Amino acid sequence: MEVIIDALPYLWEGIQVTAYVFVIAIILGFIIGLIMALFRLSPLWILNWIAKVFIDAIRGTPILVQLFFFYFGLNSFDFISLDRTTAGIITVAINAGAYFAEIIRAGIQSMDKGQTEAARSLGLTGTQNMRYIILPQAFRRMLPTFTNQAIISLKDTSLLSVIGIADLTQQGQVVIAATFKAFEIWLVVGVMYFIMIYLLSLLSSYLERRFELR
Amino acid sequence: MTMIEVKNLKKSFGQLEVLKDISVDIKESEVVCVIGASGSGKSTFLRCLNRLEDITGGRVSIDGDDITEKKADINKIRQEVGMVFQQFNLFPHKTVMENIILAPMKARGTSKEAAVKKAQELLAKVGLNDKADSYPNSLSGGQKQRVAIARALAMNPKIMLFDEPTSALDPEMVGDVLEVMKQLADEGMTMVVVTHEMGFAREVSDRVLFIDEGLIVEENEPNELFSNPRHERTQSFLSKIL
Ligand SMILES: Nc1ncnc2c1ncn2[C@@H]1O[C@H](COP(=O)(O)OP(=O)(O)OP(=O)(O)O)[C@@H](O)[C@H]1O
Ligand SMILES: [Mg+2]
Repeated sequence: MEVIIDALPYLWEGIQVTAYVFVIAIILGFIIGLIMALFRLSPLWILNWIAKVFIDAIRGTPILVQLFFFYFGLNSFDFISLDRTTAGIITVAINAGAYFAEIIRAGIQSMDKGQTEAARSLGLTGTQNMRYIILPQAFRRMLPTFTNQAIISLKDTSLLSVIGIADLTQQGQVVIAATFKAFEIWLVVGVMYFIMIYLLSLLSSYLERRFELR
Repeated sequence: MTMIEVKNLKKSFGQLEVLKDISVDIKESEVVCVIGASGSGKSTFLRCLNRLEDITGGRVSIDGDDITEKKADINKIRQEVGMVFQQFNLFPHKTVMENIILAPMKARGTSKEAAVKKAQELLAKVGLNDKADSYPNSLSGGQKQRVAIARALAMNPKIMLFDEPTSALDPEMVGDVLEVMKQLADEGMTMVVVTHEMGFAREVSDRVLFIDEGLIVEENEPNELFSNPRHERTQSFLSKIL
């Protein structure tokens, strides 16, 4: 018990790093996903192609390889110097972005065509239709799927300990190296991840109720 | 004055030639009903009039503007052409009021106050002033369709297109919607109405077009067309539905 209490300040620091990396990465990931989804649906073949290559490349490779690529790979150029946290955030953001892109694209495509026709027949432009009619409805429907991806991305942040980011997983390792209490500490770390994910799903069900589909 | 001019309009979906060669002029304030069997191309014809469908050949002009031209400002032209759909297509995430004021504000740049005032007038006109803050899914079909009409009218269109506006309604709701359309016709709106309501066609329209296999087979003023169909295909169609 004492071991655990002594470990808490270290683990709390880790939680903060995990939360920080996760929040920034998920926001960036969402923006990337939205842009790539719109590219994917664009009639311009070049945008379409960029999005397709991006999505396929990210979904077709392990996130650990992506992390090594962004941290060690890119840093091997003299003119690039990414610190660990930046490389870590980029990795999780881009990875989430590729999955978000597919979720958003599917969400937009599943909308009733009549909505677009009504909007366009009123003289709204394609952009206005997306902004006021399609995306608000599609996002509400996609919330549960977004939450799923967010949970996956939160778990993915634990991989960042591999390049030495002081996240919850890394802090757990540090404490264990000093105390040799692997069983207790990994159990506590697991519970802490579980609580974070639980809070995330609470937030999601709150948002689902708040923006209930009418 | 000609409001809608259609010349040798052709429309194909891939190999399927849906509209073969349609020419018709519709005057200002004229009410034209379009009838024909399922799959004959009535909806496609209507949707070509505001370019919801890309036109394969021929020309469509709205109030003198050729909408088939590449450089035509289609959003501008659509502001002048209201459309009412069989399935209503109200925006479910917006209240009745928001449904109506969105396009005037975003497409025309009308101020919110002016848009709301206009919307209230229109809701009163279609008999739904108490529904401004309701969401579409809490309305009956007939109420939804009247909101959809108000939404289209909020743009002050020169033309209104109706694609089977009463076909998805329970029979007891049909009358309310037809009443609103009749009032609109009396006020001088130019209207093109795809419908199976032969009573409405007979009573309200100036002209009826019978479309079959992508061609206007026969057109006439309603009494003449219904009581004295000349073409054999019109006769057989009318005998099936009357
Ligand atoms: N987007 C589309 N792609 C391919 N074929 C289409 C498309 N829209 C319509 N069609 C075909 O064009 C033909 C005419 O359709 P349209 O909807 O204009 O008929 P309609 O006269 O309105 O029939 P209904 O009375 O059933 O509404 C049909 O054979 C239909 O299957
Ligand atoms: Mg139809």
